[in-house]
Amino acid sequence: MLGSGILKGLGVTAKNFVGSYHDPARMVTQEYPDTPAKLPEAYRNFPFLVTENATDPMGTLRCVACQICEKECPPQCIYIEKSKDKKPDATGKPQLYPAVFAIDTAVCMSCQLCVEVCPFDAIKMDHVFEVAATNRFEGLLLNREQLAKPNEYFHQIRPTEAAEVDGRLTAERQAAAEKAKAAAAAKAAAPKPTTPVAGVADPGPASPRPATPKPAEGGTAP
Amino acid sequence: MSVVATDSFLERAPLLFRDWIVGHFPVALQWLVHHLLTITAILTVFGLFFAFTTIAERKLLARLQNRLGPNRSGLPWFRTLKLWGLTQPFADAIKAITKEDIVPAVADQVLHFLAPVVIVAFSLLGFAVLPFGRYLIPVELDAAILYFFAAGTATELAIFMAGWGSRNKYSLLAAMRALAQLISYELPLILSVVPVVLVTGTLSTRDIALAQGGWTWGVLPHWHVFTPWGFAGFLIFLVAALAESNRSPFDLPEAESELIAGHLTEYSGFKYALFFMAEYFGLTALSGLGITVFLGGWQAPCAFLEFIPSWLWFMGKLAGMIVFFIWIRGTLLRLRIDQLTRLAWQFLVPLALLNLGNAAFWALTSGWTGPLALARWAISAAIVIVPFFLLGRRLTAGYAPRTYRYAA
Repeated sequence: MLGSGILKGLGVTAKNFVGSYHDPARMVTQEYPDTPAKLPEAYRNFPFLVTENATDPMGTLRCVACQICEKECPPQCIYIEKSKDKKPDATGKPQLYPAVFAIDTAVCMSCQLCVEVCPFDAIKMDHVFEVAATNRFEGLLLNREQLAKPNEYFHQIRPTEAAEVDGRLTAERQAAAEKAKAAAAAKAAAPKPTTPVAGVADPGPASPRPATPKPAEGGTAP
Repeated sequence: MSVVATDSFLERAPLLFRDWIVGHFPVALQWLVHHLLTITAILTVFGLFFAFTTIAERKLLARLQNRLGPNRSGLPWFRTLKLWGLTQPFADAIKAITKEDIVPAVADQVLHFLAPVVIVAFSLLGFAVLPFGRYLIPVELDAAILYFFAAGTATELAIFMAGWGSRNKYSLLAAMRALAQLISYELPLILSVVPVVLVTGTLSTRDIALAQGGWTWGVLPHWHVFTPWGFAGFLIFLVAALAESNRSPFDLPEAESELIAGHLTEYSGFKYALFFMAEYFGLTALSGLGITVFLGGWQAPCAFLEFIPSWLWFMGKLAGMIVFFIWIRGTLLRLRIDQLTRLAWQFLVPLALLNLGNAAFWALTSGWTGPLALARWAISAAIVIVPFFLLGRRLTAGYAPRTYRYAA
């Protein structure tokens, strides 16, 4: 019938009108300065550095100063100086750490390439967007201390990605622990060929799983 | 009409107040003060009504689209008082007044200046003959309806003045569109009101409002909209009034996606605001006429609600009409110019002409009672509904339902 579409349309808008007063899910407006902005999880602007322990942020940076991000960064806004000494990293392996890690957020173009290339999940994109500063160098050039944020914060802003990263890191840590155990066992087993009892028992645990000790040996050999 | 003392105090209050002020002046000046007071009252009431229509429109449109609408503006020195942004129109007015008034170098200076003045002046003229209450009618004219349309049509001239005087191709195109649209819809608008004139036998708005008085069993009002011909006439009137006041879905003269801002392209500051003021004044006046002619004017819908003063009923109905127009604006899309004129000439005008015959039938059969009254209603309804269906089917054949070749 002519005009039925108009009535249908009026019904839709009337439903919107009534619904907008009792159904907050309909409303798309965020009254931002009054209420904190709700950002989508994948929102990104500037990178930050993940630390394992909030009480000792500089000691537990995941970053190992490999400088891949520095080389990859298209606008060249990352500056890294390697440390002289080594510290154990997330998996317990002794690694270098960044003595200086600076990002010029005035130059950063939020491309997320540093996050994509980081093999240690050490650098991630942040949700902080209120970064206005009166001085381009003091306010926007962030150093290591300003960039470091605890892993809990990462969980807070990106729960899905953080859970995935944490799962992967625990698996790696476990693998490393097992590897260390296997290496210790191998070391403990090595001087034992003198005793005949051990020599019988030795091929037993070694032969069922030859795959795991081999890369462990390969890893420790060099 | 003289005030009857038996009416409630609220009903008489505006007139008593006016007479009290007029009484302070010498007798020779009283007629002048009387009319100046009436003009001041109309300008104040409908100026404020315009201001709050703009905020109501923005708020309602927002709610119709699941948004919040303007809610920030409060009062200058009372920051804690938020007032739901209701002071927005005053902020807008200050902004419009303080903005620079730009006149193009090649524009016709006189016409460019005159157009906004003329359009506001003509759009205000319509208020003179509307009965806002039982005794509140600024000018009692015998040919009030005729005067109303004559004054209202003059605004089209002002729109063309604006389009021509700006010397801008968009303005001129918009002005030509506006003329095509307004002339097209003037006909159904007037034809939709003529049946009422035919049945009531008067052109006076006061008598038309009075003719709709009384109730069946105290609850069913005798408004014209509750007759078949009145209902059809009211619908045609609504569509034509929307088009006459340049409102969505008929806002082609200022179709911003096609014509920048139409005839308003070269206007800025307060002149721009004046055009909008005129648009809303025109809409309000047309709504007022629609209420007077079809919705019983200032009459209460039920007998027991008569204690509410008549002018409050009128303003309530007016607000209802405005809200309905805003609802329409929040729902419908803009028409194309050919669809627009097609709707007027091929659909509304034939229906309005048939409705005229319908009203003539209604006027001739006013003596039918008993079962004949039912037949009268059936025949009258058939004269409205059957052509609507037939014409609707014929005109939409090949157009609807629309099929989309590439969209899923």
